[in-house]
Amino acid sequence: MSEDATMRGKAAIVGIGETTYYKRGQSPDPEFKLVLDAIQLAAEDAGIDVREIDGFAAYANDRNDPSRLMTAFGSKDMTFNNMVWGGGGGGGSAAVANAVAAVLAGYSKYVVVYRGLAQGQFGRFGQGPQTPIAPGPAAFTAPYGLLSPAQSFAMRIRRFMHDHGAEQSALRAISMATYRHAQSNPRAVMYGRELTEEMYDNSRMIVEPFHLFDCCQENDGAAALIVTTAERARDMKQKPAWVMSAAQGSDYRQAATAHNSPDYATSNFKTLAPRLYAMAGVGPEDVDVLQSYENFTGGVLMSIVEHGFCEPDEVNDFFTLENFSAPDGKLPLNTSGGNLAECYMHGLELVHEAVRQVRGESTCQVPDANVSMVTSGPMVQPVSDLILAADRGVDG
Amino acid sequence: MSAEARSYLPEGLPRPGPAVDGLGAEFWEAAKRHELVVQQCRACDVFQWGPEWICYQCHSDDLTYTQVSGRGIIYSWERVWHPVHPALQEATPYIVVLVELPDAGNVRMAGNLLGDRTQDVVIGAEVEVVFEDKGEGDEAYTLVQWRVVE
Repeated sequence: MSEDATMRGKAAIVGIGETTYYKRGQSPDPEFKLVLDAIQLAAEDAGIDVREIDGFAAYANDRNDPSRLMTAFGSKDMTFNNMVWGGGGGGGSAAVANAVAAVLAGYSKYVVVYRGLAQGQFGRFGQGPQTPIAPGPAAFTAPYGLLSPAQSFAMRIRRFMHDHGAEQSALRAISMATYRHAQSNPRAVMYGRELTEEMYDNSRMIVEPFHLFDCCQENDGAAALIVTTAERARDMKQKPAWVMSAAQGSDYRQAATAHNSPDYATSNFKTLAPRLYAMAGVGPEDVDVLQSYENFTGGVLMSIVEHGFCEPDEVNDFFTLENFSAPDGKLPLNTSGGNLAECYMHGLELVHEAVRQVRGESTCQVPDANVSMVTSGPMVQPVSDLILAADRGVDG
Repeated sequence: MSAEARSYLPEGLPRPGPAVDGLGAEFWEAAKRHELVVQQCRACDVFQWGPEWICYQCHSDDLTYTQVSGRGIIYSWERVWHPVHPALQEATPYIVVLVELPDAGNVRMAGNLLGDRTQDVVIGAEVEVVFEDKGEGDEAYTLVQWRVVE
């Protein structure tokens, strides 16, 4: 890839903001107000007036229309607004990629990437559709009680575990690492709620092979971050988190309905991961810390394999609490607690944590973290990834 | 047969229907006749599932629904313990299987695995289709279910 064709090091995340994270239904504020608060906090963190934000990038069918947001702020102009298709968390890093594209194309000066979720105010993701008829693709699943995300994804993971002899202990290690990291993070909803092996093993089954602790939370809150060009980022308030690569992808016919994607036991990162690393000029061996989207632990299992951190037949050895624990595990994972134990902010909180690692401000800081990576939305279409770095010259 | 064999899951779940643009209607009509059909391209013979408006392989829009044997292989499975719909409150655990159809290009269909809800499920086991008639009158429909071939 020529230097001109890549975004590597040409833009940065310069501000992050998050509301208090709540259990579902516990936010005192409606979703729109939460988003306004998160964006204002991100602007404050970046050291800019919120009205300087002229671009908006979102994903997952976010309900909070940029035109209403910029009106609420009294902004003078909106130069860009954008939504990544796809209902899951797969658009998290892709929204950052779109924000980068907007500032590099010269459309916008400051693009905010945001996600608001009040599952108390609106519907719960963990519940099935309550409609009398399931039309189209849903007809092939819903009448059989195949309704929720957990139920949809368990079948992919079961097949992966069958193909590669993966054991429940691999899933448990992911859950335990996230909960361990949340114990250092006062923002985490599961702060103060330690998880032991025994608690995991004895927890109720949701859908085999997922125990309760393999599943993400349902929360209320909002998160926002601000992207701008390298030129502006250099002189701003915060240490820039340089975007080394950000991209989306979806493998061959992954959205085939009724569970018919030809490659089934996959997190859908196989085409994206090589492009991501090539753009950044790094490989998995260079990654200092990883935030990997956990809708369910099994998705992390396949994501980590498909990003080249371990071979599929080695997961039982590689997936240990020790390997995933900050500060000195082989691959510190989800160091804020992530979707399982910090907050299910549709994975945008994972990008915030990747920024904090680059700044040196995590509550589970990896010493001298340089290459800080995010994988967004396993098993959905599309998925996306992000590699941040503290040092723009990571590739020499 | 027991009542459970006639209706594995209780009434009250969403009932199946074609897409709003009509795609898939032939499948549900065939199921009512207790025939298992899969979409097939007349131009290149490839099977595809779920249904699409064109063939993914040759892009022909000359598609038909071909009856297949109803024999399949369990490709993956899950046992659901936590109900996520009011109709399922008393219906857990239940088993959902993903079945590959070797005589339809190995396309897959999801359904319930009838019988003991606590049975061991074996990937690779042979299953056969069971048509489960549900609902009444204008709301009658037939689900495509599976049971292990003994």
